[in-house]
Amino acid sequence: MTSATLDPARPRAGSPEPPPEKPIRESRAAWLMVSPAMLLLVLFVVVPFLMAFWLSLHNVKLDSARPAVWMGFEQYRRILIDEELRGTFYRSLLNNAVFALVVVPVQTALALGLALLLNRPLRGMAVFRTFFFMPVVFPMALVSVVWTLIYSRDSLGMLNAVIGGLSFGHLGPYDWLGDAKFALMAIAVMSIWQGVGFQMVIILAGLQSIPTNLYEAAAIDKANKWQQFLNVTIPSLRNTLIFVVMITTIFSLRLFDQVYIMTQGGPNEATSTVMYGAVTSAFVENNVGRGSAMTVVFVVIVVLVTLIQRRLLRQEREIA
Amino acid sequence: MSATTQVLTRRHAAAEQADAKVGRLGPGPVRTAVSYVVLTLVSLVFFAPIAYMVIGSFKPSAEVLDGLAGFVPRDLSLANYRGVFARFNSDATGRFGDFYITSALVSVVIVAGGLVVNSLAGYALARLQWRGRNLVLTAVVLVVILPFEAIAVPLFYLLNDYRNTYYVQFVPFIANAFSIYLFYTFFIGIPRQVQEAARIDGAGPWRTFLLIIVPMSKPVFASVTILTFLAAWSSFLFPVMVVDQPKYRPLPLAISVFKAEPPTDWGQIMAFGVLLVLPVVIVFLLFQRWFVQSVASSGLKG
Repeated sequence: MTSATLDPARPRAGSPEPPPEKPIRESRAAWLMVSPAMLLLVLFVVVPFLMAFWLSLHNVKLDSARPAVWMGFEQYRRILIDEELRGTFYRSLLNNAVFALVVVPVQTALALGLALLLNRPLRGMAVFRTFFFMPVVFPMALVSVVWTLIYSRDSLGMLNAVIGGLSFGHLGPYDWLGDAKFALMAIAVMSIWQGVGFQMVIILAGLQSIPTNLYEAAAIDKANKWQQFLNVTIPSLRNTLIFVVMITTIFSLRLFDQVYIMTQGGPNEATSTVMYGAVTSAFVENNVGRGSAMTVVFVVIVVLVTLIQRRLLRQEREIA
Repeated sequence: MSATTQVLTRRHAAAEQADAKVGRLGPGPVRTAVSYVVLTLVSLVFFAPIAYMVIGSFKPSAEVLDGLAGFVPRDLSLANYRGVFARFNSDATGRFGDFYITSALVSVVIVAGGLVVNSLAGYALARLQWRGRNLVLTAVVLVVILPFEAIAVPLFYLLNDYRNTYYVQFVPFIANAFSIYLFYTFFIGIPRQVQEAARIDGAGPWRTFLLIIVPMSKPVFASVTILTFLAAWSSFLFPVMVVDQPKYRPLPLAISVFKAEPPTDWGQIMAFGVLLVLPVVIVFLLFQRWFVQSVASSGLKG
């Protein structure tokens, strides 16, 4: 910008260049506007994030007069290699993986199905949409408490009563939360119930933005409903579905509330997750170093999964 | 709108008019009936746990865990609700009023503080020229990807001296990278002419923001309010770690403590749950359109 040619006192109509003194004023205002958020984010996100690494290299105990003791990679060695602890840690990694691999496809498919059901010009769709979305506003902690009752292990438990009723008493009461083969899946079903409305609404918005003449064109080409679905709906929903898959994956890796309230990681670590282990280590066993090491491993996994997903599911960006 | 979208929209409008002229009927009556039946069945399955909780809250506790009879509205009364208030009325157990106050106070501060702090940051990033803008924008996007769990343990360690306060439950959460990003994408979409007009009228960045941009940004402010309120009200992981005194316990933590203490009085627990979720449900029912729209638009921007 050459201030010699621009006269700040004379605003030029249609000029794309702001007058010279504006950048300075803007700059000051911008820094003022951005600094509260930046300060808070640095203090409460960036600093803890960096501290996680530092803490994971030490033996740290809360409320202890002893200062942190340097341990190098010992914490990592213990949770990854040491026979005593690694079993629990690998089990929790496995549980996280199984949970994500079940929840993500099932919840996405269900959300897609519900969105398709709702995407009709029928009256009362908003009412049904309310029913499907309602669980989303329920805090997961509350959902966990109510479903503990539903999953009650005797025949008085709601789910057992329903199954017993539908099977005329043949299918006996199951210990949904206390039996290692059911526990993780029970939590998965409940989590899907709570979360599917959120995904459904996103997909529904994507469905409703597909121009109808694409379907008309396909119908003119003699495509039946199924072919239209495969060749018009799914490709148009591509970006939306990718987004839904990615955020559901991240959410599913964070599994904590349900485990803490319903099973405490049991039975026999069948529902132990990385976050549950990290919080228990830090908070219950007073081993902040180990908890931080688990957290760091968790971050690495999340970043890897996100990067891999981005690579595999490249989103098509519209060139607008 | 891109040129393609404009063409398609015009063609769509023409097609609609053609349909109206021909008088094309919608799906046939059989298909419509089937759709309604399926939707109703699925809705019932979805709503069943909620109905179970609500009905159970009005029944005597012994009849709540009672197989299918748990759904039957029989012997209804407010006994459980009275029981909840009676049970949580001392310093040792915590007072129910305190649980509510904690949740409400923390949520309101996070939402209100967040609206101010995050919208300003979003505006500065979207509409002002300054050095370091791109750097800060990149940093914000990186933080958006970072899940809270990644910093939960170290944050707990750092704030250990401030446990059992209201501050520790809201201060770390006022600034939120996702909110900043939502504001940023919205403000980017406001035409430059608006800003230019304000500048020509002699308004500086602050006045432009407060008097012009904010009044025309109701959708994004509503979206951020709703999403932030929902997250703050449901907050569980962090309170578990930093609150152990009943006085500063928020509702989700309080109900989990209640459930874990034997003997479990399910009727009262259900009543507790209804009271816990009531504010969010009311807000949801009142602002359904905004709610659904904000969730959907946060996805379409992804």
